[in-house]
Amino acid sequence: MRLQLSRRYRFSASHRLHSAQLGEDENRRVYGKCNNPYGHGHNYVVEVAVSGPVDQSTGMIANLNDLDAFVDSEIIEPFDHKYLNEEVTEFRENVPTTENICIEIFNRLSRFPRARLERVRVEETGLNSFEYAGEPAGETHDR
Amino acid sequence: MVYLTRKIEFSASHLYHNPAFSAEENRRVFGKCNNPHGHGHNYVLEVTVAGEPDPATGMVLDLKELKDILQREVTDRMDHRFLNYEVPELAGKIPTCENIAAVIWRLLEPKITRGHLNRVRLYETPDLFVDCYGEGNGARAPAGGGG
Repeated sequence: MRLQLSRRYRFSASHRLHSAQLGEDENRRVYGKCNNPYGHGHNYVVEVAVSGPVDQSTGMIANLNDLDAFVDSEIIEPFDHKYLNEEVTEFRENVPTTENICIEIFNRLSRFPRARLERVRVEETGLNSFEYAGEPAGETHDR
Repeated sequence: MVYLTRKIEFSASHLYHNPAFSAEENRRVFGKCNNPHGHGHNYVLEVTVAGEPDPATGMVLDLKELKDILQREVTDRMDHRFLNYEVPELAGKIPTCENIAAVIWRLLEPKITRGHLNRVRLYETPDLFVDCYGEGNGARAPAGGGG
C-alpha cells in the first residue's frame, strides 16, 4: 500500500503573458487579453502531493507544520500579492503561464527535506488547472 | 479499464496523542490536534474501483453494492464516533488522515469482488487529503488526476 498526502494552498498574484521571442502582433494574437501591458491577476490554488513512509510515532508522512512552513517560505511569501513577471526572478525570462508557474513551484518544493514531492497541481481559476510531476529519471526539463 | 468513483461523507472526532511522548512533546508535535477533549471533522471519502464493464449489465460494479459496502464498512464504523476510542482498527494508532485512509483501504479491499480497489482518497478538510493505492496501482493512473 502506498500513501500520498496532498495539501492545498492559495496565493493571489498578477502577471502578463508576453514573450520576448514573439513580435507585438504575434504576442497579441497568441495571448489575447492576457497580453494587456498593465497585467491582470488570479487567485491561484496550489495542490502539493508528497509521499513517503508513515512515521508510526506520529501517524504522519510529514508534519503539516513543516510542510506549511516550507511552502510558505518557498512559494507563498515570494508569490503572494506580487507581479510575477518582475518580482519573481525566474519569470523575468520565462513567460509566467500556469504551465511555467507549475514547473517553478515543483522545482522549488522538490527540495522539501521531509517527504518525496510527487506532484504539483496549480489552478489558475476554478476552470483550468495544470499538473507537473517532474521529468522521468535522466531527463531534465528544457527551460 | 474503467474507473468508477463513489463519494460518501462521515463526521467524527479524534485527537493526536502518543503516550510514548512527554506532554510537552505531544503539544509540540501535534499542536492543537493534541487537545485532550478531541475535535472533529467532516470527512469526505472517495473510493475508486477499476475494472471492465460486465457486457451483460454495462457495469464495473453495481453502485448499490458499493454503496452497501461503504455503509457497512465505513459509515457504520466511523460516522459520529470518537475515532481513538470507538474504532478498534485504529486502536493504538494516531488517527491521522494517513492512518484512517490506510484502515479504510484494508477494510474495503477484500470486499470489492468485482473490479479492484484502485484508490481511496480521504479528505479531512477540503485542503487536506490522503490518497491510498495498492502496490502495483500507479499513483498517476487516471484516478490520480484532478481533485
